Amino acid sequence: MATKTHKPTAVEKKLIGIADVVIDAAQRRKDPTLAIPVRALSNVTFNERRGLIEMGKRKQARSFFNVAMAKRFMQTVLVADALSELQRANLTTSLREIYYRTKHTIKNSHENTFDAQDESDPLIEDLEVTLEALREELHVRAENRGSVVGPLVLADDGDTVNCARLGKGGYSVPSIVEPEYVQIRRCTADFVLLVEKGTQWNRLSEDKFWRRYNCVLLTGNGQPPRGVRRLARRLHQEYELPVYVLVDNDPWGYYTYSVVKQGSINLAFESQRMAIPKAKFIGLSSADPEAYGLPRNVGIKLNDKDVARAKELLSYTWFAKKPWQEEIKRMLSSGLKYELDALANKDFQYLTKRYLPRKLREQDWLD
Amino acid sequence: MAKKTKPVARKNARGAKHPAKTATPKAAKPKKVTAKAATPTPEATPAPAPPVKKPASTVTAVEMGARQREISVSEFFTKNRHLLGFDNPRKALLTCVKEAVDNALDACEEAGILPEIVVKVEAVANGEAPPPASQATRFRITVSDNGPGIVRQQIPPIFAKLLYGSKFHRLRQSRGQQGIGISAAGMYGQLTTGKPVVIVSRTSPRAPAHYFEVQIDTKKNEPRILEKKQIAWDAPRGTQVALEVEGRYQKGRASVDEYVEQTIIANPHVKLTYNTPEGETKEYRRTFEQLPASPREIKPHPYGIELGMLLKMLHDTSNHTLAGFLSGDFSRVSPNVAEEIGKAAGLSPRARPRDLHGQAAESLYKAIQATKLMAPPTNCLSPIGEQAILAGLYQQIKGDFYTAVSRPPAVYRGNPFIIEAGLAFGRGPEDAAQRTAKAAVPLAEGESDDGDHELARVIRYANRVPLLYQPSACVVTRAVLDTTWRHYGIAQSRGALPGGPMVIFVHMASVWVPFTSESKEAIADYDEIHKEINLALRECGRRLGAFLRRRERAHSEFRRRNIFELYIEEVVESCNRLKGGRLPTAKLKEQLQKMAERITGGDKTDQLVGKNGSGPEGLPHSIIVTPNGVEGELPAAVAEKA
Repeated sequence: MATKTHKPTAVEKKLIGIADVVIDAAQRRKDPTLAIPVRALSNVTFNERRGLIEMGKRKQARSFFNVAMAKRFMQTVLVADALSELQRANLTTSLREIYYRTKHTIKNSHENTFDAQDESDPLIEDLEVTLEALREELHVRAENRGSVVGPLVLADDGDTVNCARLGKGGYSVPSIVEPEYVQIRRCTADFVLLVEKGTQWNRLSEDKFWRRYNCVLLTGNGQPPRGVRRLARRLHQEYELPVYVLVDNDPWGYYTYSVVKQGSINLAFESQRMAIPKAKFIGLSSADPEAYGLPRNVGIKLNDKDVARAKELLSYTWFAKKPWQEEIKRMLSSGLKYELDALANKDFQYLTKRYLPRKLREQDWLD
Repeated sequence: MAKKTKPVARKNARGAKHPAKTATPKAAKPKKVTAKAATPTPEATPAPAPPVKKPASTVTAVEMGARQREISVSEFFTKNRHLLGFDNPRKALLTCVKEAVDNALDACEEAGILPEIVVKVEAVANGEAPPPASQATRFRITVSDNGPGIVRQQIPPIFAKLLYGSKFHRLRQSRGQQGIGISAAGMYGQLTTGKPVVIVSRTSPRAPAHYFEVQIDTKKNEPRILEKKQIAWDAPRGTQVALEVEGRYQKGRASVDEYVEQTIIANPHVKLTYNTPEGETKEYRRTFEQLPASPREIKPHPYGIELGMLLKMLHDTSNHTLAGFLSGDFSRVSPNVAEEIGKAAGLSPRARPRDLHGQAAESLYKAIQATKLMAPPTNCLSPIGEQAILAGLYQQIKGDFYTAVSRPPAVYRGNPFIIEAGLAFGRGPEDAAQRTAKAAVPLAEGESDDGDHELARVIRYANRVPLLYQPSACVVTRAVLDTTWRHYGIAQSRGALPGGPMVIFVHMASVWVPFTSESKEAIADYDEIHKEINLALRECGRRLGAFLRRRERAHSEFRRRNIFELYIEEVVESCNRLKGGRLPTAKLKEQLQKMAERITGGDKTDQLVGKNGSGPEGLPHSIIVTPNGVEGELPAAVAEKA
């Protein structure tokens, strides 16, 4: 319950708006309906001028008095309620905790409000896009997945964190890195290197690559989470550092790069806060095996899923540039994908000592 | 002559009599000496054969002739007892019970007596205390009835002579067909325990009770009487048979218990007491007070006989003219039709039947098949009847919905038959109540309450006798499989039985049921039979579908209404919290509830939901069970109990 001294935040007001939708509709004897922007490829456009994926205007109606939607509507209201509770208490929480907080058995029945977390997660994303509030603003955090090392000094909860003095492990990037939570005190790096794989980030960190080439090393252990993307974006924006992305040579790697660069389809509305339109794709390119003499036998055959995904990528407008079409088609015609780890075939430190130095020297990257 | 028969004889000798010498000459070579020594008279080849290598042994036609003799049918079945259903101890026990009960029921019904049967199965051991039923290997089966009894002279051949009986030579619907069953059971007992069959029978309260102990002389297929006397017996009339056999008692599928239970379903006019080997006494009440109509005997229909049979009938007939023979010895052949047949075959209607063979008989046979004849009379059949099936199913199987269908008579190969089908669906109201009680515990993640994927159970009958073995070889199972149950709202995966808590009952009544083997386990797949079963099942399915749809409609309306009402509570509470607890919740709730009512049909739904089952109107021969009571065609006896 709200205390008298508590002043509702902007986000909280938006959440209360959901209740108003129900109350207003009931007064007018209308079916309470929420208009939720559609989160699908069909409702995003690529803004070439800004280099961003933007959300379209199409919305779906979610109404209460519809047998197919009634439960989801009820769930959405429940989640909104839980989120506003977070606002009032000024706490952050995880997706899973939201699920548990909103789960109970409906009175006089054997039915649970939620049966699994995958029912509540999309509703949070629905609310994000409907209310145009970021997840961080809703006080929902993801797992701390991602690490950073480099000549970077941060302030987090009043503690000063010098990312150059955190050994091999680095600083674990929190999921919320908005200026209210994490401040960048100082950064003397020349560029940011975002590595898809944790293993290769470890390799670079252990070899102190960042010291030699004066860069910030970031990883998201796979598809980078929002915290990592946001931190990279802030370094790019506030310190004008170029961002290079190092991923596996497969369709999923390409897509990871494109998410960093233009934003994702699912959360296209956040592109303007997250995307780094000037990010460069440094590797692994489908041209590299030849250029760096990687033997064919360290490749992996593309499976049906890979091929299908690659063909999808070819049709995305943000991959329409000629070099990219060539890049993807080259992979398809070779029929092979390569992991970053495959570079170890030549030497354990090949990535640190040969591959990246040469890439940077030759400015061999794709935009 | 001798030369000519020699190779044949040798072949025979290899095949049957000297298994030791059946090996190829090459393989037999090292054994040659011993083999020769074993032969009593070595080598008597009449023609001096060229000095080629001789085969291991040769036997003359004369020698072979000495070994060739008649095989008694009893000897044959001693060796081939699996043909009669005595393949393993468990099945043997069931077969013995079954044969005795079948005979008792047939006798009672033919005599017009409502059957009262007592079946007793007990474990025995030679001299020692009998082991527990599940461990025992030897059982005494005692079956007694209140039937007409058997006259003294007939007792030994009926129980101790194979292929002796009243049923084989006439076309009349009965459980037994060949006259093998009970004597084969006795023979099996004799073979495995050495004990004779003990019979007590009395034909009327004034007549004495006769006690017999008989065995079968397997060589001659003749009864051997070990003991006969008159005794005092407390039953006024009836027969009691006791057998001691090797067997195994195990509950479950195809067990004696299942047989008894299924017999009761198809024979609700029977009062049966079953004393299980475990010492339990199960009483099955009579739920249908009417004896089935006594089936009539008919003459064969011309379409149903084969050429050989026709020849035999031509030879045996007492009629002096062809026309007389045709119209007199067959059903559905009038004198006019007989003349027509004769003309078509190019034979005089006055021809003597005994003179017709060869070409003439064959053209007669063809002419008969080509002539259009009326279907055989069907009053020879005695179906169970929808009412009785319903009574049987209702008494023995828990469910929510029962229905039964009797098809009109049809004909396969000149034999009339009737297909009847029944269906019991659901788990019964008590079980439903239990399930809801169980579901009251909130479910955790990953838990769900729709865990069971049980398949329907098919129970098959031929002339009221349950068929417990070889379901997949049976036309009934096949017809159940290729009925599209999905049309009636029942799940069915490809090539599988329909799913759900359901018992499917199929009965075939016929003067001659085409079994796939002598042990009478499965009905052969004739197109006509298959089609009739399909039609009966479809009718059952349609009624079940109507029932399920009706129930589902009431349910879904209720559910729709319910979910809105449930969710309104949640939505209102959440809104109230969002608004900081300052919301007039009662007002909002009322507004939303009004809208819910408007959308889901309000009072109409209440009515539908209140009535739920909505009665069996429009569904003939069905019973619907709801927690509030039972509706439909319930026989008086069952209704009393309910």
